[in-house]
Amino acid sequence: MPESQQAAQFQAKVDAEQKIEPRDWMPAEYRQNLVRQISQHAHSEIVGMLPEGNWIGRAPSLRRKAILLAKVQDEAGHGLYLYSAAETLGVGRDEMVSQLLSGKAKYSSIFNYPTLTWADIGAIGWLVDGAAIMNQVMLCRTSYGPYARAMVRICKEESFHQRQGYDILVTLSKGTPEQKAMAQDALNRWWWPSLMMFGPSDKDSPHSAQSMKWKIKRQSNDELRQTFIDRTVPQAEFIGLQVPDPKLKWNETIQHYDWGEIDWEEFNQVIRGNGPCNAERMAARRKAHADGAWVREAALAHAGKKAKRSAA
Amino acid sequence: MNQQEALFRFALRMGDNSVVLGHRTSEWCGHGPVLEEDIALANIALDLIGQARNYLTYAGEVEAKFRASAPLRTEDDLAYLRGEREYLNVHLVELPKGDYAHTIVRSFLFDAFHLPLQQALTTSKDDRLKGIAEKAVKEVAYHLRHSSEWLVRFGDGTQESHQRAQNALEDLWRYTGELFAADEAEELLAKAGIAPKLADVKQEWSATVDRVLKEATLKRPADGWMASGGKKGIHTEHLGPMLAEMQTLQRSYPGVEW
Ligand SMILES: [Fe+2]
Ligand SMILES: [Fe+2]
Repeated sequence: MPESQQAAQFQAKVDAEQKIEPRDWMPAEYRQNLVRQISQHAHSEIVGMLPEGNWIGRAPSLRRKAILLAKVQDEAGHGLYLYSAAETLGVGRDEMVSQLLSGKAKYSSIFNYPTLTWADIGAIGWLVDGAAIMNQVMLCRTSYGPYARAMVRICKEESFHQRQGYDILVTLSKGTPEQKAMAQDALNRWWWPSLMMFGPSDKDSPHSAQSMKWKIKRQSNDELRQTFIDRTVPQAEFIGLQVPDPKLKWNETIQHYDWGEIDWEEFNQVIRGNGPCNAERMAARRKAHADGAWVREAALAHAGKKAKRSAA
Repeated sequence: MNQQEALFRFALRMGDNSVVLGHRTSEWCGHGPVLEEDIALANIALDLIGQARNYLTYAGEVEAKFRASAPLRTEDDLAYLRGEREYLNVHLVELPKGDYAHTIVRSFLFDAFHLPLQQALTTSKDDRLKGIAEKAVKEVAYHLRHSSEWLVRFGDGTQESHQRAQNALEDLWRYTGELFAADEAEELLAKAGIAPKLADVKQEWSATVDRVLKEATLKRPADGWMASGGKKGIHTEHLGPMLAEMQTLQRSYPGVEW
């Protein structure tokens, strides 16, 4: 079959809301686009373990310690599902990991911000997992089957994370003046970076139009961002926290919040590697990988010996 | 020492061993050698923290009975508001995590002790200890399987992994004596049928160690000088900084809800 005809069939399938599966024909760019997006997503889950992992040792009660540890463990699991989904497109986990470690592959910039107080753990669950959910709920309907199915599993856990994060802030906001200040400070620092998680504004988003046509993405960055703001602002108000945006105001006519302007210069700097923790995050991942090399070699060597023995 | 006080100390020690090892194990989360191990160790740490919560809650309740004047201490009071001299865990669990061979060998030496101990506790005359053990025994069986499998991979893996595992065994062996050195509380509870005789637990531990080391082609170190003191609250220098980290919020903001 000529390629133009295959391409037409492919697009017809996408348009008819049928899932594309690993063995199906797909345009090379669709494959590349997905590999880039899924591996970036997987790396984000893994690097995302670090800022929260920073507080596992200091969680203020055994219950909170267990919840946080289970949450970070879930993120590791998400990384695993996503690497597996990307592997169905013909790229190995080792290769993806080495692209992360060499700096060639990106991960979500949000994880380049530091976790400075316990309230940050609440803010991350509420805002960062909350923003991630907006994207991921959309991706449950993405055109590539394995990616969509991985997302369905992940979404269930992410909504737990969001509730648990919000619960930390609810508790702090009912606490002492110091605890309330801690919660407000966390919101002040995490609000804008969370809005940046949705990516560049639609007019500046290089991959968006094609991704929408292929139904990899189904809503634009700006639409998702607006939904997130509309949903989150009342939650902040409910616990007496103030969103750090003087222009934020409910617009009765359009039934959405009006809000201020993202500092795109900061966004671009963090992407370029100049965020507060980019170097630390990469150093931590590289160290874990290097320190673990002998462990992975031992496991391989042992499996090889065992296979040999059972063949003999 | 009466039986209630012995029970208090025993529950406290079980809780302390679990919370300290759980904390140490959780230090790998995000830094493991391979993603599957981040997940496995987080699982194990979660089990241990769950067990610690059960034991510490029970310890607080037992204490309130025999020390009528003292207010009831919760799991968090006991975990977060005792200093290192009041912690009763064995030294083995508080040592720094070290390289992955040290982590695996430490877990193995502890798990091989922990499993027969929990199995014995499932027939305890104390209903609460029995109930906790019935759940814990399944978890600990998994912990032992995990650490044994990795120990065999290391011993029978590469030259480097073999050497690292053997070194870790030599380093940690001196901390195994304390596991079986019964104190007054443990002797009293053994007589009452509430906890097992540690000599019996040692037999099973020793058999497991021999079996797994043989499969791993590793050498069992000779019994030499053995460290002790943890059971009396005399610790290594490593526990203090660990507790300082763990307790920082509770100590900095006393009496608030988290
Ligand atoms: Fe996740
Ligand atoms: Fe999450």
